[in-house]
Amino acid sequence: MENRRAVVSVLGKDQVGIIAKVTTVLSEKQINVLDINQTIVEDFFTMMMIVDVTQIEDLDSVRQTLNEIGENLGVKINLQLEEVFQAMHRI
Amino acid sequence: MNIGLDEITETVRMVQMENLDIRTVTIGIDLKDCADADFPAMQTRVYNKIVNYAKNLKPYAEQVEKEYGVPIINKRIAVTPISELLGNATREQAIELAKTLDKAAADIGVDFIGGYSALVHKGVTKGDQVLLDSLAEALTVTDRVCASISVATTRTGINMDVVKQMGTIIKEASENTRDQDGIACAKLVVFSNPVEDNPFMAGAFHGTGEGDAVLNVGVSGPGVVLNALKKHPEADLGEVSQVIKKTVFKITRAGELVGRAVADQLDVPFGILDLSLAPTNALNDSVAEILEEIGVERVGTHGTIAALALMNDAVKKGGAMASSYVGGLSGAFIPVSEDNGMIQGVNDGSLTLPKLEAMTCVCSVGLDMIALSGEASAETLSGIIADEAAIGMINKKTTAVRVIPVPDKEEGAMVEFGGLLGRAPVMAVNPFSSEGFVNRGGRIPAPLQSLIN
Repeated sequence: MENRRAVVSVLGKDQVGIIAKVTTVLSEKQINVLDINQTIVEDFFTMMMIVDVTQIEDLDSVRQTLNEIGENLGVKINLQLEEVFQAMHRI
Repeated sequence: MNIGLDEITETVRMVQMENLDIRTVTIGIDLKDCADADFPAMQTRVYNKIVNYAKNLKPYAEQVEKEYGVPIINKRIAVTPISELLGNATREQAIELAKTLDKAAADIGVDFIGGYSALVHKGVTKGDQVLLDSLAEALTVTDRVCASISVATTRTGINMDVVKQMGTIIKEASENTRDQDGIACAKLVVFSNPVEDNPFMAGAFHGTGEGDAVLNVGVSGPGVVLNALKKHPEADLGEVSQVIKKTVFKITRAGELVGRAVADQLDVPFGILDLSLAPTNALNDSVAEILEEIGVERVGTHGTIAALALMNDAVKKGGAMASSYVGGLSGAFIPVSEDNGMIQGVNDGSLTLPKLEAMTCVCSVGLDMIALSGEASAETLSGIIADEAAIGMINKKTTAVRVIPVPDKEEGAMVEFGGLLGRAPVMAVNPFSSEGFVNRGGRIPAPLQSLIN
């Protein structure tokens, strides 16, 4: 089976522990992080992770858990299959 | 290839803040094999075939929507023009068939089913006439059924006998739904040069050149284009076109990806991608505001048509480069009731009915979701349809009329249609009569295709 990759993006106000909390969820769900990248512009935190979801059947439950964390932290967390970014930004 | 942080944030921003969405995934279903001399048997077969193909449309679309994080707003169904099934059926039976379509749509959970249609741009068969006779009532007694009638094409000319009937039918549909401001008319489109694979309602039907089932996708995103332009206030018009093209390219690519995923899940072929800037009443999701961003103070003033022509062409170019299967109507829609900028243009006295007519020469479709004074006579409505059909016929493009004469309302009143249909200021019609012209009947001959000045 081909590798299935997804992008986790986090946008919001910077605070302690964002990456820790997100990666904890991912490790609990047995999701491997392939790449991680973050930047802070004027207190605005942007992070993206490329994760391997080849073995993950139930993406929706991962998404829901991430959404809950996002709500608690007051940031917006999205989980989207990587193809949508490839389609939009690469020919 | 790795994706940059800025690219990810751009996509997320487009979806979350600028209303990038897949406006509709529409499954087209052929019903010709359901025809049967036994009418109740035909109803059952129609119902079963629609439900069989489309029962998973909604859950599958919702799943894909979550996986890719791009919202799919509407899930819809288009069927073979129903007049082709009617044969010897009576008017009452035709109405029963409309109810069958309505029930199938309701049971599947889609808001609109298109294809209560007849293609009568040259002549009218028995089945076509039954459908026309049943039209006003069928639209009154159903909630989800959308109808479209083709009255003209570039190759056949304009069937003025039907144009005359359509004025009466629209008037009747409006009267029938008087207590809801004539809302039945919002589900009826009168076409010139209709396309067979349009996924957008109310004009969607599954054309005779199509296969057994197909999934067509309508992508939109006026908000995304507007925001992209806001970053280039000083750009000249060539650069404006370039910005629109680039933005539309990205939207189209996302749309095709999502559309193909839904088609794969449903196990039906992917048909076309219709890239149309279709406004909604959401904040900043407006085609009029794009034109105002390009530089006209208020939509409708001098320069509006040139700006619209530039935008419509750039949209097509961006879309055509992004996908091999661009089809449908692809361009920009200018429905008044669904676009806050258009509504404001009318309220401010800048946007008028004649200007809207002129705008339809350079953008996709036509007079769309326009509330007209209840005083508009059937002949006046026919005259409006004839004008718009002529624009489409001569310019070799699709044009359409979806107007709502609102009983007892006069110019300046505001009408709420609710939901996706929005709200519209009632516009006046020309007080002089079109009766003599419309009552002549006959066919306007097909135009020359050369000597084109």
